[in-house]
Amino acid sequence: MDVIDKKIINYLQGGFPICESPYQVVANQLELTEAELIKRIENLLEVGILSRFGPLYHAEQMGGALTLAAVKVPEQQFDHIAEIINAFPEVAHNYERNHELNMWFVVATDLPGRLTEVIDEIQQKTGLKVYNMPKINEYFVGLKLEA
Amino acid sequence: MIDTLDYQIISLTQTGLPLTPQPYQTIADELGVSVERVMQKMQQMTEQGIIRRIGVVPNHYRLGYTHNGMTVWNIADEFVDEMGTKVGQLDFVSHCYHRPRHEPEWHYNLFAMVHSKTEQGVNQQIQIITELLGEYNLGQDVLYSTRILKKTGLRVGGKRV
Repeated sequence: MDVIDKKIINYLQGGFPICESPYQVVANQLELTEAELIKRIENLLEVGILSRFGPLYHAEQMGGALTLAAVKVPEQQFDHIAEIINAFPEVAHNYERNHELNMWFVVATDLPGRLTEVIDEIQQKTGLKVYNMPKINEYFVGLKLEA
Repeated sequence: MIDTLDYQIISLTQTGLPLTPQPYQTIADELGVSVERVMQKMQQMTEQGIIRRIGVVPNHYRLGYTHNGMTVWNIADEFVDEMGTKVGQLDFVSHCYHRPRHEPEWHYNLFAMVHSKTEQGVNQQIQIITELLGEYNLGQDVLYSTRILKKTGLRVGGKRV
């Protein structure tokens, strides 16, 4: 990651235009060629510095549902349980955390009813109690992390 | 609410925007509609908040943000909205939510994600929140992510494209 990559990451956390040639528009702002910008984004995705590039959808606004859930996983079963939980396509993120509740994951579904089904299925397949913590209120979602 | 074309656009872009010089044209070609229509729909979804934004999501760790703390707080329910609004306005907080407790094991109902490149930095951030909450803070903890086990975009109905 060089200075130009950092510039691209910082710029694109702010937004990407909707127009016929958006890469050209951004490239002009960053004083790059369109081809170089595309190549660099591609590379940043490939090496994993960027997790995603594109529209970020709001699950609830799409009529879907989202929750954060946690489980207490015995250490010797950790990888096995992670595999079971990650296998659900509805599980978008999953993190190991340093707490007795040591695995935290986000479940996103397009139908609200499906959410409890997924939670139930995870409980059955893992044999663990799932601590379901759907948001009651959202105060802020955002932030740019300077590269 | 979203219509069929919105849904098709979402399905096609939820893993990412095409890396072609005319990405909206590429989407339009796939769906057999005009590029104007695709851009209009995406503009509309942005205005409605269905699209939060179009852009990049960096891997925090790879940018050097190694200290990503999920700070959790026990706030009396009648004050949680007021406190959550304040905490959410801090410039180092990326997400701030009110979530349910699971007594007796889990007392915390206010969640705020903080990010820093150093341990000292994250401790300072926690200190700032602690001071902001003052006497409304009935207990706190911080959980650090020690490993990303999975990170993808949201999927509509488990469909992958």
